[in-house]
Amino acid sequence: MTGLARAFSRTPFYVLTTGLAIIFLYPVIWTAISSVSPQPGSAQAHGFGFGNYRTVLNYQAGLWTYLTNSVIVSAVTVCLTVVVATLGGYAFARFRFPGKNLLFLVTLAILMVPYATLLIPLVIWLKTLHLNNSLLGVGIVLSVFQLPFATFMMRISFEAVPKEIEEAALVDGCGPMSALRRILLHAVRPGLITIALFAFLAAWNDFMVPLYLVGGDKQPLPLAMVNMRQQVMGVIDYGSTQAGVVILTVPCVLLFLVLQRHYVKGFMSGALKG
Amino acid sequence: MTHISLRPRSAAPGSATAATPVRRSRRGSLRAWAFASPTAALVLVFFVIPVGLVFFMSSSDWLLLAGDRGINLPENYADVVDHRMFWPAVWFTIKYTVIATVLLIGLGLGLALLVQETGRWRAFLRTTILLPTAVGLASASLLFYALYSPQIGPLSPLLRALGLAEGPTSVLGSPNGALWSTVFLIVWRYAGFYMLLLLVGLQGVPPEIYEAARIDGARTWQIFRRITLPLLRPALALSTIMCVTGSMLAFDQFYILTKGGPDGSTMTVVLLIYNLAFESKRHLGMAAALSVLVLIALAVVNAIQLRVLRGADDTAGTR
Repeated sequence: MTGLARAFSRTPFYVLTTGLAIIFLYPVIWTAISSVSPQPGSAQAHGFGFGNYRTVLNYQAGLWTYLTNSVIVSAVTVCLTVVVATLGGYAFARFRFPGKNLLFLVTLAILMVPYATLLIPLVIWLKTLHLNNSLLGVGIVLSVFQLPFATFMMRISFEAVPKEIEEAALVDGCGPMSALRRILLHAVRPGLITIALFAFLAAWNDFMVPLYLVGGDKQPLPLAMVNMRQQVMGVIDYGSTQAGVVILTVPCVLLFLVLQRHYVKGFMSGALKG
Repeated sequence: MTHISLRPRSAAPGSATAATPVRRSRRGSLRAWAFASPTAALVLVFFVIPVGLVFFMSSSDWLLLAGDRGINLPENYADVVDHRMFWPAVWFTIKYTVIATVLLIGLGLGLALLVQETGRWRAFLRTTILLPTAVGLASASLLFYALYSPQIGPLSPLLRALGLAEGPTSVLGSPNGALWSTVFLIVWRYAGFYMLLLLVGLQGVPPEIYEAARIDGARTWQIFRRITLPLLRPALALSTIMCVTGSMLAFDQFYILTKGGPDGSTMTVVLLIYNLAFESKRHLGMAAALSVLVLIALAVVNAIQLRVLRGADDTAGTR
């Protein structure tokens, strides 16, 4: 497409794209800087410093409680998604069994049913299962919503591994479970990293599922931050909100920069279906 | 959405279906089910049963605190449709969906065309535009909540400097301001995602076609309209469906930025579900009824989109 590129011819192109880069970076950079800048009405009224972060640290049950909750929810979601999708993806890729197509279709159908529809019955259903107000419950629900993408991703990952590798292992006396563990898992590692990354980002950032399902000391960090903002009525303490945003965003941005290749790949396999 | 056309290129044709005889046997099936059973259990307990339950609840007089008090059909549905916020919420959701979809697909395509070539500056741009997609939607909403605030946000002084406002103003204070502020947040957060989807589509167009068109003397605009757009149709269709679905279900951004205000002017349908269940009525039966309506609306809209986009494909093929 050099024609199109030529149409843009150098200078206007660089002006336009520099402007775009600024628009996309500015909000994040502005938040990071203002969270340590002096602001009236916040804990950091004079000079630069970490006053806002101290407010967040001591908010109600304390930052560590909410952070721990977020870590637990994320860990449950990532582990459950990876284990279930790997086993399921392997079954779908390598075996024929009665009910296979039905199960795969129902798993993909989760995509068609929104959070909003499932959360109302889940409020009641999790109570029956004694999983109400529980981080485990939130983690399980979040991994169910990850399953369509993760199962699909693991299925195509396993299908891309040549059968001969596995057959050699089976001939050498491995069962399917140990063939899976010893050989196949190495072959599908990129897929595993991708689904784990997506499960983590979804669980770490999710707001709606915890809003419906947990409260009080069980809140993960995004929910706690939103509630914190609402509790200080009158003069809103934006400084501590910004500190919270920074704490929430740093792990995501770091993971994104380190694992960008897997991140892009995940979106692309999403783009190829349909 | 459920049709899977992807087959790994490395696999020989038919190899995926050629299972060894051992695995086709009954023991093989059992073993396969052992691998598939965690998926089946999760899907059954946390998806199939709740979907059944939402239909049941939508027919019951089910209160948040008092629980199930027996059949209440069709009153639940009638009460939802008669609720004073129902039609305003539906209209606002449609309006928001149209605006968000047009802007996101248009900008996504524009950005994809801008950054599709290789090179360091374009790679940097791609990373920059993709970065907000790694920020959680709730975090992004909180971020923009501060950005839009009259106290510390840079927007209020800017408006004053431009002479558009007097004194500290909140852009979230008026219905239109609240809508467009939220749209801007969503464009910032999701433009990179649609750019990436369309970039994949663009890279699927063989370069020889462009070359041939250029040799034939086609202009840039003609190439874009006659070659790029038609060949990009599958990627555009997927992006549109995803964007419409996501926008119809908008919740976090409005809950955090506007809480449906000012005066309920930015109340979306999903926000109304939450409101009926936990705030105004505390009536889970009505909330479930509205959830079922959302589910049906989503299915209908997606069926129409699939038909229209596929129909367009057919006419393009016969031309």
